[in-house]
Amino acid sequence: SAPLAGLPLSVSPFPLSPQAAMTKLAQWLCGLALLGSAWAALALAPPGLQPPAPLRQALLPLPVYLLVAFGCYSLATVGYRLATFNDCEEAAAELQEHIRAARADLRRRGLRL
Amino acid sequence: MAARGPGRVSVLLPTYNERDNLPLVVWLLARTLTDSGIDFEIIIIDDGSPDGTQEVAQQLEKIYGSDKIVIILFLFPSGTAYIHGMKYATGDFIVIMDADLSHHVRLPFTYCGYTLPQFTFQKQKEGNFDIVSGTRYKGNGGVYGWDLKRKLISRGANFLTQVLLRPGASDLTGSFRLYRKEVLQKLMEKCVSKGYVFQMEMIVRARQLGFTIGEVPISFVDRVYGESKLGGNEIVSFLKGLLTLFATT
Repeated sequence: SAPLAGLPLSVSPFPLSPQAAMTKLAQWLCGLALLGSAWAALALAPPGLQPPAPLRQALLPLPVYLLVAFGCYSLATVGYRLATFNDCEEAAAELQEHIRAARADLRRRGLRL
Repeated sequence: MAARGPGRVSVLLPTYNERDNLPLVVWLLARTLTDSGIDFEIIIIDDGSPDGTQEVAQQLEKIYGSDKIVIILFLFPSGTAYIHGMKYATGDFIVIMDADLSHHVRLPFTYCGYTLPQFTFQKQKEGNFDIVSGTRYKGNGGVYGWDLKRKLISRGANFLTQVLLRPGASDLTGSFRLYRKEVLQKLMEKCVSKGYVFQMEMIVRARQLGFTIGEVPISFVDRVYGESKLGGNEIVSFLKGLLTLFATT
């Protein structure tokens, strides 16, 4: 059976970039802090500095919306991947065949179990 | 000492009580590597098996030649079998066939299709990759004999891994990889996890260090039907390992 193209990844030209030096946890915390503070500044601003009402109405529940959207995306993705998880019937049959051939060949070449 | 051609492959096989499986694994590897014209050696690292594994290994050495089969007795915690075995490797490339680096090769071993080593090697040459990793999740890779629950857990765990670690490889716990020898040595120094999390850590660190990773599809065939290591304990330890990697890499 022919192989399928793998997925080569290109080399990062800057292995010591800031992304590489930070742990994933640190990256997440940074990102969340940035987004969180932007959201808090806009959505929870004191009366004098509030953005217009429609914008505020959209902003306030935004974190929850995003969380729900991510949840849906996750379910859909995992569901899709589950459904398309290949069953290797051929490989299993091939293995059985090769095991037979292996036993016969090895016996012939002097293997004693 | 026979001349070592360039691009020689050393396959590391830690064993414990693999009397029955070892000849099959060796035969499959030897046949496909020979057919592909790839110079190779198989290094059997035995943990003092009481079932006669070593006798079988010695018979295989007679059949294939001591140039091709190297037998090492290694009576230490099996987590370090690969590190020890690597010292004896004369190849430029190392193949590791087990996801859980603290276990010996056992069935179900990753039966990757008869011609996998050839394609793996091809892939390596194509892209001059430092690592070629087998993936069950892409191309015509896949599994055999898995029920829905097991597949779901596998895909779910992998999804979580992708989100948290963004590793740049589709399958971190598959069990067939080809490494350049220096790359593997470097990674083994840097990685500190235990068991299959070690294998995951290697890919993450490899990316950080700028090593190139290619992928080939593999078929993971469970010969022992119904054998499932996915109990609650396994899942908990996987999550712990994943979160540790998340926080430390």
